[in-house]
Amino acid sequence: MTTHSASTSPSAATSAPASSTAAALPLGDDALVLSHRLGEWAGHAPVLEEEVALANIALDLLGQARVLLSLVGDEDELAYLREERAFRNVQLVEQPNGDFAHTIARQLYFSTYQHLMYGQLAASDSPLAPLAAKAVKEVAYHQDHAEQWTLRLGDGTAESHERMQRGLDALWRFTGELFEPVAGLDLDREALRERWTAMVTAVIGKATLTVPEGPQSGAWTAGAGREGLHTEPFGRMLAEMQHLHRSHPGASW
Amino acid sequence: MATAHRPVSTVDTARAPGTARTSDREGTAGSMETAAPRDTAAARGTAATADTADATAADRAADAKAADQAADAATLQAAFNAAVAADERIEPRDWMPDAYRSTLVRQIAQHAHSEIIGMQPEANWITRAPSLRRKAILMAKVQDEAGHGLYLYSAAETLGASRDDLLDKLHSGRQKYSSIFNYPTLTWADVGAIGWLVDGAAITNQVPLCRCSYGPYARAMVRVCKEESFHQRQGYELLLALSRGTEAQHAMAQDAVDRWWWPSLMMFGPPDAESSHSEQSMTWKIKRHSNDELRQRFVDICVPQAESLGLTLPDPDLKWNEERGQHDFGAIDWSEFWSVLKGNGPCNEQRMTQRRRAHEEGAWVREAAAAHAARHSERERATGDSERAIENSERAAEDSEREEATA
Repeated sequence: MTTHSASTSPSAATSAPASSTAAALPLGDDALVLSHRLGEWAGHAPVLEEEVALANIALDLLGQARVLLSLVGDEDELAYLREERAFRNVQLVEQPNGDFAHTIARQLYFSTYQHLMYGQLAASDSPLAPLAAKAVKEVAYHQDHAEQWTLRLGDGTAESHERMQRGLDALWRFTGELFEPVAGLDLDREALRERWTAMVTAVIGKATLTVPEGPQSGAWTAGAGREGLHTEPFGRMLAEMQHLHRSHPGASW
Repeated sequence: MATAHRPVSTVDTARAPGTARTSDREGTAGSMETAAPRDTAAARGTAATADTADATAADRAADAKAADQAADAATLQAAFNAAVAADERIEPRDWMPDAYRSTLVRQIAQHAHSEIIGMQPEANWITRAPSLRRKAILMAKVQDEAGHGLYLYSAAETLGASRDDLLDKLHSGRQKYSSIFNYPTLTWADVGAIGWLVDGAAITNQVPLCRCSYGPYARAMVRVCKEESFHQRQGYELLLALSRGTEAQHAMAQDAVDRWWWPSLMMFGPPDAESSHSEQSMTWKIKRHSNDELRQRFVDICVPQAESLGLTLPDPDLKWNEERGQHDFGAIDWSEFWSVLKGNGPCNEQRMTQRRRAHEEGAWVREAAAAHAARHSERERATGDSERAIENSERAAEDSEREEATA
């Protein structure tokens, strides 16, 4: 088994060729982790069409993750052999699925961010631009899916309205991290935040729901996920994800 | 029986998978199956009424006098028999015997149920797949199964069944799914064994169904079979990697094949002598080969593949019979088959519990989508004249209420 510390350490981003792709690790981790969470829905979705839709989104994200992580090193070493503290994803994507409304709230917040982020990246001269140009089309569908469901649940029954609001409220404090600086990612973060806020506010309003009022980051630290500080459920998620791979050191699959 | 209240020659609720259905209420919800049970019943009533009107136009015989009807029925039966004999497709609007319709609904529903229950044993490994490539393949496969479920429920709908009703029958145990999914996936190699053996057996069963006499089912099966054969190759390839891998991986693969081989042979159903539905289905060309024929074909395909895999099939009696030009194989333990079928398999309870729970826990989501769609379509309809009239009268009522309040 090869060591992975060199390829996964942020300090690897200091050399010239690496720095241009330094953002591949955090963005790849976002996609990898959210894909895994969505994969947990398989066989549990509320309706057959959503089995297809959630798997579709999970597959798009996994595809993005594989391209991004491969820019950094061996995709499987990165996914399966890093410890929790070496992952650079935002905390939002690692949050457990909860009920369907909770998952949709996570999707709304993240896919809106990812769509805007990839959009900016695609228009930049970053080496990630071609990937972003392809991914932005996939994520447009993810964003639409989340928006349509936010509208259905918000403006559906009293129960769905309440659940959707609860989901939006519970995840709100993880949204601030989306606008923190990411090494190697030269974005107009102010514009990103403004457009994200405008879009999310519009959807929430149309869904007859209320934009949460609390702080957009926890008391601990914003941007924590990008620094390798995660929430408790993440360790369990990784334990499950990595167990088999780690049980057979050096094996190929 | 779902079809009992439907006029026999009228049914055409066919829709392409993923497209909107015919009634307004469901149509506005896009590809979602949104309707709460009561709404569906209402929609079904509407559709049936529409179909009846449609059929009156389409089916001239319905206008004939009662005395002519017996003769017409005989003519229709003769035309149906001739079409089946000539290997023509029976389509949703064609006349068909009630028993043909109900046999198809039962078979297609069981097939659809097998697809969605079959997602469970494989989804069991999505979160533990040992490489990202394998994870993507597995997720795509489980997604395909959901897609197959959609095509098949749609095919059943062309016969007048409704998905909600069929799901109720699954959840209440009145309809079955393939017993193979009552076995557990205990290791990662089981994912490969399911792909190679279970999908392999399914393909052997299903390829002849692409020529089934009922058009929508045959066409759905063409698509299903293409994807299944892809899955089968992926399963084989997964096992090959394990078989050629470390000692532990090889042992894992052999163990999986040992556990899945016999249940896979049982997938073809009981021996011909004991198969209750076979004969009539063969006459109708819903089925084209007997259970035992298909089982033999499957064994003959698997033996050389097992050799290439470097794995052993767990049957000491398995050997080539020069005279027959086929493999002889050992006796199947049919008591296990019947026992699993009756509910005593290792996972019957678990599979049904998970299915029911997913359905029950999703009820509020489906209700919300139905409520949203209903409200949405009400708003759209409000532009119509009659709706405007109702609105005006409602506004008048509100005005008078307001007047009363201010008075």
